[in-house]
Amino acid sequence: MSVAKPLPHDAARLHVTGSARYVDDIPTPAGCLHLAFGLAEIASGTIARIDLDQTRSAPGVVGVWCAKDLPTDCDCSPSAHDEPLLSDDSIHYLGQPVFLVAATSHLAARKAVALASITYEERKPILSIDEALEAGSHFEEGPRIWQKGDAEQAIQSAPHRLDGEIEIGGQEHFYLEGQAALAVPQEGGDMLVHSSTQHPTEIQHKVAHALDIPMHAVRVETRRMGGGFGGKESQGNALAIACAVVALQTGKPAKMRYDRDDDFMVTGKRHDFRIHYSAGFDAKGRLQGLAFTQYARCGWAQDLSLPVADRAMLHATNAYFVPNVRIESHRLKTNTQSATAFRGFGGPQGMLGMERVMDHVAHHLDLDPTAVRQANYFGSDQNAVPAAVQTTPYGQPVEEFALGEMTKALIESSDFKARQDAVRAWNETQPVLKKGLALTPVMFGISFTLTHLNQAGALVHVYQDGSIHLNHGGTEMGQGLFQKVAQVAASRFGVGLETIKITATDTAKVPNTSATAASSGSDLNGMAVLAACDTIRNRMADHLAQLWQVPSDKIAFGDTSVTDGNRTISFAEAAKLCYEGRISLSSTGFYRTPKLEWDRLRGQGRPFFYFAYGVSASEVVVDTLSGEYRILRADILHDCGASLNPALDIGQIEGGFVQGAGWLTTEELVWDDKGRLRTHAPSTYKIPACSDRPDVFNVALWDGANQEDTIYRSKAVGEPPFMHGISVLMALSDAVASCGRGYPDLNAPATPERVLAAVRRVQNEL
Amino acid sequence: MDTTFLLNGESVTLTGVEPTVTLLDWLRDVRGLTGTKEGCNEGDCGACTVMVTDARGARALNACILFLPQLHGKAVRTVEGMSSPDGTLHPVQEAMIEHHGSQCGFCTPGFVVSMATAHVNRDQNHDDALAGNLCRCTGYAPIVRAAQAAFEHDVPAWIKDDVATLKTPALSLSGPVHVPQSADELADLYARRPEATLIAGATDVGLWVTKQLRQLDEVIFLNQCQDMAQIEQTPDGLRIGAGVTMDRVLKAVQGKYTSYAEMIRRYGSAQVRAAATIGGNIANGSPIGDNPPPLIALGATLHLRYRETRREMPLEAFFIEYGKQDRHPGEFVEAVTIPDQPDRMQVYKLSKRFDQDISAVCGAFNIAVEDGAVSQARIAFGGMAGVPKRAEAVEAALLGHPWTDDALVRAWDAWEQDFAPLSDMRASAEYRIFAARNMLSRYLLNDLGAQTSVLEVQA
Repeated sequence: MSVAKPLPHDAARLHVTGSARYVDDIPTPAGCLHLAFGLAEIASGTIARIDLDQTRSAPGVVGVWCAKDLPTDCDCSPSAHDEPLLSDDSIHYLGQPVFLVAATSHLAARKAVALASITYEERKPILSIDEALEAGSHFEEGPRIWQKGDAEQAIQSAPHRLDGEIEIGGQEHFYLEGQAALAVPQEGGDMLVHSSTQHPTEIQHKVAHALDIPMHAVRVETRRMGGGFGGKESQGNALAIACAVVALQTGKPAKMRYDRDDDFMVTGKRHDFRIHYSAGFDAKGRLQGLAFTQYARCGWAQDLSLPVADRAMLHATNAYFVPNVRIESHRLKTNTQSATAFRGFGGPQGMLGMERVMDHVAHHLDLDPTAVRQANYFGSDQNAVPAAVQTTPYGQPVEEFALGEMTKALIESSDFKARQDAVRAWNETQPVLKKGLALTPVMFGISFTLTHLNQAGALVHVYQDGSIHLNHGGTEMGQGLFQKVAQVAASRFGVGLETIKITATDTAKVPNTSATAASSGSDLNGMAVLAACDTIRNRMADHLAQLWQVPSDKIAFGDTSVTDGNRTISFAEAAKLCYEGRISLSSTGFYRTPKLEWDRLRGQGRPFFYFAYGVSASEVVVDTLSGEYRILRADILHDCGASLNPALDIGQIEGGFVQGAGWLTTEELVWDDKGRLRTHAPSTYKIPACSDRPDVFNVALWDGANQEDTIYRSKAVGEPPFMHGISVLMALSDAVASCGRGYPDLNAPATPERVLAAVRRVQNEL
Repeated sequence: MDTTFLLNGESVTLTGVEPTVTLLDWLRDVRGLTGTKEGCNEGDCGACTVMVTDARGARALNACILFLPQLHGKAVRTVEGMSSPDGTLHPVQEAMIEHHGSQCGFCTPGFVVSMATAHVNRDQNHDDALAGNLCRCTGYAPIVRAAQAAFEHDVPAWIKDDVATLKTPALSLSGPVHVPQSADELADLYARRPEATLIAGATDVGLWVTKQLRQLDEVIFLNQCQDMAQIEQTPDGLRIGAGVTMDRVLKAVQGKYTSYAEMIRRYGSAQVRAAATIGGNIANGSPIGDNPPPLIALGATLHLRYRETRREMPLEAFFIEYGKQDRHPGEFVEAVTIPDQPDRMQVYKLSKRFDQDISAVCGAFNIAVEDGAVSQARIAFGGMAGVPKRAEAVEAALLGHPWTDDALVRAWDAWEQDFAPLSDMRASAEYRIFAARNMLSRYLLNDLGAQTSVLEVQA
């Protein structure tokens, strides 16, 4: 059976030979136009005068569009209908598309854009969290508040109390393939759109709306993305709509891809957060009451900010049982790029707030942070009630909690205690370089919190030669979803993977899909494909049983053949027999996640089907003269249930860790006081490079099947490993703490500058 | 103009080439070779990496900031040319599949080419060879495992063949494009055409074209001036021609000035070091160029030339103020000479990321100590002023005094006399001045034998 095998990515050979095709690699259709946006140069205000004459007469320019030239408002929003494609004369952020140019080449379009002359009436922009709070600028009617017990009373009456705050920076996705779309007009006003998107159905929906045609007239195809990470859940809408509008109005194909700098300036990023906390706890660090106030900077439009901020609340206590909790969440509207989905979807920020509390409490009591974490785990010995009946702050029982055992296993396998001693010994003798070591857990809820999104469809054909065509609603962005799902199909039919053709995601094959997001890709689409395969397999078995005069349950599929125990024929022969017997060899499959029930306004229910767990330990060395540091070693133990493909899962974990570490260390987004993003290219925005990965990097999978009935009892793996990066920030905090008595109070990203400031703070506290 | 080069083993001659068309655009838009990707269009991500081979050997270069005329007489291999004509994969391609080195696959072609270049050069410093290739999916671990595995395999014949097939046909020029063949030709030409843009490695000028969308009316390519690409030991010291690329500067200073060599390793990726020239890094006058601080600390002499008139000056004198250098129209940087001296210099490059990042502060310290006292001090900084600048007040505070903790105290106030740095997206002014001060402490602690570099600590 091909499930559970460590097979390579299905497109690996295409990747390494350069023949894997991305949107911009599709041979350009004859007469194709190339598009570019002209972007606002101020963060807030109105357009006083716009002169596009020079742009219009620039070489190669075929057309120029402003908002008034569009067929509709061409809204790009995935949520609140608040994102017109082009500015309606009001400017909401620096980088907002104002006009659209179509030209005969990409370069001609970009050059023409630069010739525009726009004057503005500027308003003072609302840029920071403080400015937004002061101006009362927010989404929803006010802060959302979820409570369990009486946090304030519990904090007041606890033996120990502390307050603190952490600033958490945003993050640019930096998918290596920038946003791209290509629209090819079809007969009768129909539109075919190739889009680098995690959400083809959303592209279809938004294009249909923009062109004021039914969804059936728009077909969206996505073979693969060069990375998504959440950045292509909604941020591709503008390009696809622009291409479709131009294609409709000119009758020519239209292609658009952002130059990297434009990609930074236009598209949303991870939300930056400020989290304030008040904790009440006992002498062992066990929390009795906890209050968080989370401030999320959402940018100018709503986009996905409400569910992102919700998830930050859902993960605000991470893996810990806290009897009394209050979480208050502010969703602030600012004149910056509209922050959007990014791997973890608010979860990392919420979780980091909690890990910061653990670190701070341990420092306050001069206890080992790992021991404090363990003492607060769900189901820990010290807790009065067994884990099974302990509930999260939103009332979901924690029926399965693997972290107690996993943490013990990682402490053992990483030689954690001996290394803690070695770090202490090093720090006592070294004057300049200080080491730090920290262990942090991840408990991540799996399911879309908007419950109706937890559905998926598939379409499977078996051809008369026995070859199989596989399609589902999920998209491939590098995570290996297509291979995992193909492994499921191969296992159901008992055939080899060479028998199966994985085809591009296509809204004409599977309709009404959800975004490939929330780590749900293989959970949802794997089950849908399984259903489709089993429908066909059962029809085949019934037919062969009838031919062979045996009961259907005697028919078995395996080794690329079909048998009743006596007779064995090849799968291809079986397919041919069924075809000749007029048996349908095509089926859709459908899946919806069971057991979900969620009231987001009250913050009560079961938003998640299950939890994915992981624990990591990171060791760092810090230079106390400059604040520079390196990650020396990382050990990760992660729970993928019964892994569908251990090689792909380990790839997600290694990559997630490095991306998470990047978020909290070198990746710094800097806006100036005019609201201009100053770090808008890889020259100024630094994602981890090759040598930034830990020298020693041990990743292992926790061996255990999912207790819930998921696809082959596996667990989702896309987002959870990202949060292992938190152990790096905590290790930095540990190293800095060794410099003196003060608490490091380290904000993220912990650039060398912030680390050095923390060193000075710690040293100066007597 | 016409350009001839080998592309994946096949000779290509282009006529009437626009001089600032990039190899990347030509490969993708004209040639239909879409394996080479555009990730950033500024030489920072490596998705467009190609292998370029000439008599000096194979190098990885960023095709997005490589102009077609720079390829004349060379052999180019893209990812499509890494496997054999019969489809046999290159060992690095096999290893990338086997070790799960690709996820989304978009950076993969660039990685494959960088890995194949390191492979043909028998280079096992994978972190260095891949520093200019960004991957957002894998966390790099499986890619390095693949590079290590591939190293065991022989270089395929079709890769070796490129050098044997190389020819350099005569150039045919037309229009406002010049390709002088010697410094003399350049001197004459540039004096007559002082408004022309000089292009050496194009790691800076490339961005004028791809990012600022500037129209360069007249250009002079320097890559054929072999006499400006020489490194020679002279009685005055090590003379490095302006056209010497940084990969060769690194090798030239490796045994002599260890810390300078280490800084060059970090300052640009393999792709950038193979293209960027030392003359370009000086002549563009950037206050954050990383070569001037160490060169100034070493007491380097700059050689300028206008026609047959040559001038020499201490390098620091070249930088007058931000955006202004002591260079006349038609005058160009011909070489720089580093006087021979004991290896006392330490270069401290401070940035958010270690590899391929522009410095927030780059400090070079060259302090000689005799009988426990400072006998000579040359300290220079980038990122602390509008120009690369010597810390003269700090030097004066140290000179003649004991080389102990007292030196740090003595120099304490001098730092603010020398520098009033700015705050920007790389660092605040406060951090810059504080970190610069600490660099002097580090130099002293180094001398006292303390371990001070996180890059030298193992797990």
